[in-house]
Amino acid sequence: MPYIESVTCPVCGCLCDDIRLRIEAGKIVEVKNGCAMCESKFLGYCGEHRLSKPLLRKNGELVEVSLNEAVKKAAEILTEANYPLLYGWSSTSCEATRVGLELAEEVGGVIDNTSTVCHGPSVLSVQDIGIPSCTLGQVRHRADLVIYWGCDPWSAHPRHIERYTSFSEGRFEKSEWKGYLSKTKALIVKKKIEKALKRVFARQAPSLSPSVRREPPPTLFKQGRKMIVVDVRRTRSAETADYFIQVEPNKDYELLEALRLLVRDEELEVEEVAGIPVAYLEEVADLMIRCNFGALFFGLGLTMSRGKMRNIDAALSLVRDLNTRTKFTIMPMRGHFNVSGADTVFTWQTGYPYAVDFSLCYPRYNPGETSAVDVLLRGETDASLIVASDPVSNFPRKAAEHLVKNPLIVIDPHMNATAQMGDVVIPSALVGVEVEGTAYRMDHVPLPLKKVVEPPEGLISDEEILRKILSEVRKIKTGKTEES
Amino acid sequence: MKNVSDHRAKKIDVSGMIVMPGGVDIHSHIAGSEVNTGRLLRPEDHFKDSECKTSVTRSGVGYSIPSTFTTGYRYARMGYTTVMNPSMPPLEAKHTHEELNDIPMIDKATYPLLGDWWFVLEYLSQGNIEELARHVAWMISSTKGYAIKIVNPGGLEAWGFGHNVTSLDDQIPHFCITPREIILGLCRVNKLLNLPHSVHLHTNNLGKPGNYATALETMKCVEKLANGEKPVLHITHCQFSAFTGDDWRTLGSGAEEIAKYLNGHSHITIDMGQVIFTDTTTMTADGPFQFGLYGLTGNKWVNHDVETETSAGIVPFHYRKKSFAHATQWSIGLELALLVKDPWKIYMTTDHPNGGPFTAYPKIVAWLTSKKARKATLKKINPKARSRSLLPSIDRELGFYELAIMTRAGQAKALGLKHKGHLGVGADADIAVYNVNPHKTDPSKEYKKIRKAFKHAAYTIKSGRVVVKNGEVLTPVEGATIWLDVKVSDPFKVTADMKRRFREYWTVEYDNYPVTDHYLEISQPIPVKADV
Ligand code: SF4
Ligand SMILES: [Zn+2]
Repeated sequence: MPYIESVTCPVCGCLCDDIRLRIEAGKIVEVKNGCAMCESKFLGYCGEHRLSKPLLRKNGELVEVSLNEAVKKAAEILTEANYPLLYGWSSTSCEATRVGLELAEEVGGVIDNTSTVCHGPSVLSVQDIGIPSCTLGQVRHRADLVIYWGCDPWSAHPRHIERYTSFSEGRFEKSEWKGYLSKTKALIVKKKIEKALKRVFARQAPSLSPSVRREPPPTLFKQGRKMIVVDVRRTRSAETADYFIQVEPNKDYELLEALRLLVRDEELEVEEVAGIPVAYLEEVADLMIRCNFGALFFGLGLTMSRGKMRNIDAALSLVRDLNTRTKFTIMPMRGHFNVSGADTVFTWQTGYPYAVDFSLCYPRYNPGETSAVDVLLRGETDASLIVASDPVSNFPRKAAEHLVKNPLIVIDPHMNATAQMGDVVIPSALVGVEVEGTAYRMDHVPLPLKKVVEPPEGLISDEEILRKILSEVRKIKTGKTEES
Repeated sequence: MKNVSDHRAKKIDVSGMIVMPGGVDIHSHIAGSEVNTGRLLRPEDHFKDSECKTSVTRSGVGYSIPSTFTTGYRYARMGYTTVMNPSMPPLEAKHTHEELNDIPMIDKATYPLLGDWWFVLEYLSQGNIEELARHVAWMISSTKGYAIKIVNPGGLEAWGFGHNVTSLDDQIPHFCITPREIILGLCRVNKLLNLPHSVHLHTNNLGKPGNYATALETMKCVEKLANGEKPVLHITHCQFSAFTGDDWRTLGSGAEEIAKYLNGHSHITIDMGQVIFTDTTTMTADGPFQFGLYGLTGNKWVNHDVETETSAGIVPFHYRKKSFAHATQWSIGLELALLVKDPWKIYMTTDHPNGGPFTAYPKIVAWLTSKKARKATLKKINPKARSRSLLPSIDRELGFYELAIMTRAGQAKALGLKHKGHLGVGADADIAVYNVNPHKTDPSKEYKKIRKAFKHAAYTIKSGRVVVKNGEVLTPVEGATIWLDVKVSDPFKVTADMKRRFREYWTVEYDNYPVTDHYLEISQPIPVKADV
């Protein structure tokens, strides 16, 4: 079996499922169709940071133990705790999350996933306003206007543009790849000329680069797909776009609200908004209204800049309003490959997408109170289980400090900062490489994750580890009730 | 009953109670992407209604879109044992099945949305019915589905660019085909494939005043396919398609006309889509309808279009007694159920959660079996709606046999589920026992007692096990997922060309599209031999 086709890449929310792998002697030796991130995952997953044996902290040192011993210890910690936190879930399978929720309910803890620190504000906005969205193929087939706002797909979701938006080939809209190629060629030529001029005129050469306040170019009004990037920095994605709008830092909200007014045909009484002349914005609003199908993708640049939830409210409202004029959709660019799946499983089992508290025996949800960072900052948890995540490196320092002060169980394929601080560390087989499972793409399309090679000796999936812990917890609990 | 050993069988005393087959629901949105997005959209819906974990059950939330476990328990508490999930985008079928696995207590099945699938539009515009039938067979089996579901045919494809269709003969943009041709074509396919259920249709113009004409035209357009006593088309949540009038002010009931038609024909079945006065969440694959509802209410709105296949929309909605339109809708549903003479032709549903949550079924039972119950509600509704309602002129009160047909036997028959909806030889041991003495209780007068009895079954028996007693879940059990394994004599070949076409239409690979056995915890395939 030299080649395995149609493998799903377990790296980012694009969840490309057309990866082709060549396996030799039980090892992946070649990756086709994937981006660099995908290649490094499939070729480098067995690197030096890979955990191979369960570890238990004894006298301050992490020492190797058997899986059974580690599972028993983990179960003891969770049953003894009053208010354990179960966190992570966006980089594992839905099957594992499903067991995780059952475990959280059994031990009466609080369970949260990484949405809480990335697209949490987006979820809250959706709960206020709703969201007009679609699957990515709908964008590929129909969108003649694609807007990336506060995200840089070239670096964070490298195949997004090629597979789903501007450079993809749809039924009603064609790929703009060729146009882009000639544009880059022109750009290279221009850069060469600039260089030459610089050499001739020493330092005072006139710059030919388009200025930041460039007006909408005529190409923006051509037939076919158009791409606009809105960001605080000129990213690689911005270079690719037909038009780049450089918004002043923390002014996204103003810009979105201005566009909303313009879309409603109202006049703006100012010269410029967020550093962009209103005359230019009028052109952009007009383009949005006149397109056949618009798609706005937004990233952490919008959710995490000042205003957070207010920004997303404005973006969702803008797109909703646009639907009275034309067809328009909006989608968050989810990062981790299965963060959508984690939200999805949380929701079907508990009604809520993240930050679910089971301490009162029914699911309770109040982000800001029941979210991981908040329970840690208030110092309420007395044990934690972390699955496929590294909160010690990502959480605010105070929260991380409380996390490591209490008993800490870590399930992860790799040694990371959190695992290093763990009291019980259980290595798992890599889902999507060594074990199978299911993940949800950023547009909620479920895809199977394949097993393409055997896991290292003795390693089992997150799902199986969690099942073992759950059954051990139940054993301890029934033992206790029998005693009393 | 054969081969039951006397001392090993558990005996329960049900004397003085009503014994029925387990309830069967032909149309209730309980799982999948739109249902779950509805849950996500509405934390306020759950805050007021939570369920604690017990030693045997999982915790969860209600109200109008209960979490998965809670959905199963609540159905079982009412004596229901089989539920059909009526709208599954094929591309997201795995999601639907993952959720169905987490719904305990009931057997379930799900209908893939096929009316606006590009393959359907293309093969029909080429007139290639047999080739289409082969692809539909593949689709139903690959998505582990149970019936052909059509929603607003043509309207969903048009919605891809923000448009809609308004009549059976509108041209669908880009595809040279009409809604009428889709309905007829898929009914023919249904017949070629020998599927146990008829085509399951949500009509064009749903939810618009005057749409009863569209519903009637739709029923007439398949008359020529009539096939003895076997229905060819099921028009779902018919209440939403039975409006007269030109706008919301002149809204009226088309129930009489529709009932008259059904009384004279046997190729159509319908379900009620009864409206309940409560706060609920509307969700359908009818994207343009949901957008209209957003315009009407200004409530939060979700849209989710699915490439190459379908769309979906969600809007929270509150049906108020004092609203003329809502009260009229309430009346229409009951009028339909009472004016259609044969209970084998109309089934009790709320189109959960569109007309209201399924937990309101006991209320409908009371309205159907008691004129007094109807009067009590009529008294409280909008006066204009009351004065126009046909209900005061209808004396019919359903008996328990008729009720059993509308809530299980008829539904099972329409679905072609031979092992459901009866207590004869070959039936699953799915039984509901209600604590009402049919000889002593007069449902006409004691409707509150009836309502209570149907809310909490005295016993629910699933596959021979007592799972609910006095409305409490005793034993959690897993239900099976029923699906059709459609065998065609000459299945289409999976060629490189097919894979390429697949890649052009969808953003996933052919190999990753089907729902594998991995996604069905308890799989119950029903083999079907097709005529192609
Ligand atoms: S874009 Fe994302 S999912 Fe696709 S190959 Fe690259 S890392 Fe993998
Ligand atoms: Zn429905």
